[in-house]
Amino acid sequence: MSAFRNPFDHRVRLHRGGCACGRHASQAEHDHAEALEARQLQDRVVEGAVMRALFPQDEMRRGFLRAVGAGTALAAVSTLFPLGLAKEAFAQGAGALEKTKLKVGFIPITCATPIIMAHPLGFYSKYGLDVEVVKTAGWAVIRDKALAKEYDAAHMLSPMPLAISTGTGSNPIPWTAPAVENINGQAITLAMKHKDKRDPKDWKGFKFAVPFDYSMHNYLLRYYLAEHGLDPDRDVQIRSVPPPEMVANLRADNIDGFLAPDPVNQRAVYDGVGFIHTLSKEIWDGHPCCVFSASKEFVAQNPNTYHALLKSILDATAYARKAENRKEIAAAIAPANYLNQPVTVVEQVLTGTYADGLGNVKKDPNRIDFDPFPYDSFAVWILTQMKRWGQLKGEVDYAKVAKDVFLATDAARLMKELGMPAADPARPIVVMGKTFDPKQPAAYVDSFAIKRS
Amino acid sequence: MRSARPWLAPLLSALFLALLVGVWYLATYQPAAEATVDSEYAALVGQAASTGAKSAMPTPGEVGAKLWEHLSDPFYDRGTNDKGIGIQLLYSIGRVLLGFGLAALVAIPLGFVIGMSPLIYKALDPFIQVLKPVSPLAWMPLALYTIKDSGISAIFVIFICSLWPMLVNTAFGVAGVRRDWLNVARTLEVSRLRTAFQVILPAAAPTIMTGMRISIGIAWLVIVAAEMLVGGTGIGYFVWNEWNNLSIANIISAILFIGLIGMALDTLLARLARAVTYRE
Repeated sequence: MSAFRNPFDHRVRLHRGGCACGRHASQAEHDHAEALEARQLQDRVVEGAVMRALFPQDEMRRGFLRAVGAGTALAAVSTLFPLGLAKEAFAQGAGALEKTKLKVGFIPITCATPIIMAHPLGFYSKYGLDVEVVKTAGWAVIRDKALAKEYDAAHMLSPMPLAISTGTGSNPIPWTAPAVENINGQAITLAMKHKDKRDPKDWKGFKFAVPFDYSMHNYLLRYYLAEHGLDPDRDVQIRSVPPPEMVANLRADNIDGFLAPDPVNQRAVYDGVGFIHTLSKEIWDGHPCCVFSASKEFVAQNPNTYHALLKSILDATAYARKAENRKEIAAAIAPANYLNQPVTVVEQVLTGTYADGLGNVKKDPNRIDFDPFPYDSFAVWILTQMKRWGQLKGEVDYAKVAKDVFLATDAARLMKELGMPAADPARPIVVMGKTFDPKQPAAYVDSFAIKRS
Repeated sequence: MRSARPWLAPLLSALFLALLVGVWYLATYQPAAEATVDSEYAALVGQAASTGAKSAMPTPGEVGAKLWEHLSDPFYDRGTNDKGIGIQLLYSIGRVLLGFGLAALVAIPLGFVIGMSPLIYKALDPFIQVLKPVSPLAWMPLALYTIKDSGISAIFVIFICSLWPMLVNTAFGVAGVRRDWLNVARTLEVSRLRTAFQVILPAAAPTIMTGMRISIGIAWLVIVAAEMLVGGTGIGYFVWNEWNNLSIANIISAILFIGLIGMALDTLLARLARAVTYRE
């Protein structure tokens, strides 16, 4: 900066080896001292904030310092509060991106809309990132590639980070879900031949497909069936089938129906193979489905990149939330590079004006919606269902796992920075008319008649 | 044996092709049906669904149009997940050659050792017999888990599946070299190394080449399945991506290309095999 000093100021020295202020031997030394000063100033601010928080009354602080001396006081405060870490974190807050070239994996379904659209619509580049979005063949593969660090971050089903963190189905590795991708946007689709069997009580012996064992689809379908008196393990068969194979299997009569992510449901209608029995929002309006996720290690090692990435996702999600942008988004994500679907199929999913497969055009603008806030209560509900169906064994500290994995605080802070409306942490969860109390997870699990635990 | 009418076989082939396309055409032919739903609904669904039917198999004409589309622009690149079929095929061929080459580097020397020493042959036989029949794709999760890189995992799977035919054939060929020749070499006091290179290798070469030919066939079969699993690039990924879009016309095009490349690879190795064949 000293190169830009005012040359018409008589106090400024431009030549003779020394620095601009004259107190240092060279310009480099001057700059170094200036940076150090700035850093010291910043550290002072952090220390000041901590001391003010510890000693609300200044008289007390001064008394304490007089009694024990500054050195002892600093040591004592440091044991109580990681001052060094706080300074480090504060200094990094405004720092540069650790990594700008990133790889983010996704599964070609409309749940991934914010992750995908951020690429063609430029939300990643807006925050200085060069992100490659990579289409991936299935949930197990995306999990393995994320675990193998081939991807920096990935699109996952919301129960997956919880399963990875608790070591269900793989070794436990601390994983995080800092943002929910979409809410609603799934449906139960049945084969055409069942168009007169709309009552779930007639579904005994049906074969259903869900995308993955650890998916909202699995838990919602099980919940729906159990509420109608069917035992999902004994009265019907539920298999995990990758989304692209679902329509083909429905066509070949291998399955009777599925609870699947879109555009699979709409695609079944488009191809005349099935009809939409019910939207998942009728089971739980506002349920989360997919999340944006990254390993705890990535978050810790690349805090600035992580924040920039999360901001671009939040920003894209906010854009996707507005109904007037949905057509543009559908056109941007339908091509072969992303979803590889006919535009009209994606458009029907995103706008909510859709053919139901039985000859009716239905309108439901909330068929899919985008709300990034990762409520702890979502995670707790998912954990209760993992427990209910025997995926989680033993005692579960619901609140702690939820807090560790769903990074609600980060999302709240960044959403505030982006000027997005704050989420209501006490938003109620009502699944098929039954209210869920996230503070009583164990009692909730016990309250079901059909369960495996 | 030379046929008196050399044009007969190609003519018959062309006739079979015409018959196949004709049956295909008739099987997929659908008279234009009246839409059974109102126009607003019809605009939202596919053409078949608007007449109350399921979407059908593509006709030969549709597949032909797709083929032409791929052939007229095989090397386009519209981003990470959308590349031309030529690029995808090159990726697959590259993977196959790499995995196959590594397997040959391991299998042929090892096969030599096994074939020359009955003791090592007996000691390694149980391992070979157990590992040989394992489906290459069964290795995939293990490879992904330990190697932690999907690209290398795919090459590893090619490697492991092309290894066995080459290993077994090399060992068989080396063990089956005529005793007389070896005895002659021994009488003339030829060194062991020279015997290996100048007597055994040429004698076993046709059998080794047969093993290589079987291996490349298997490798080409497996690459499609492996790429469907790991995704990213390659003809297997292309098939998976078009399956995702339920585009049967694209899948049929891909099947044709896979068949043609497989034939080319096989012909290449058959030529090489012929070059090393000898008359006794």
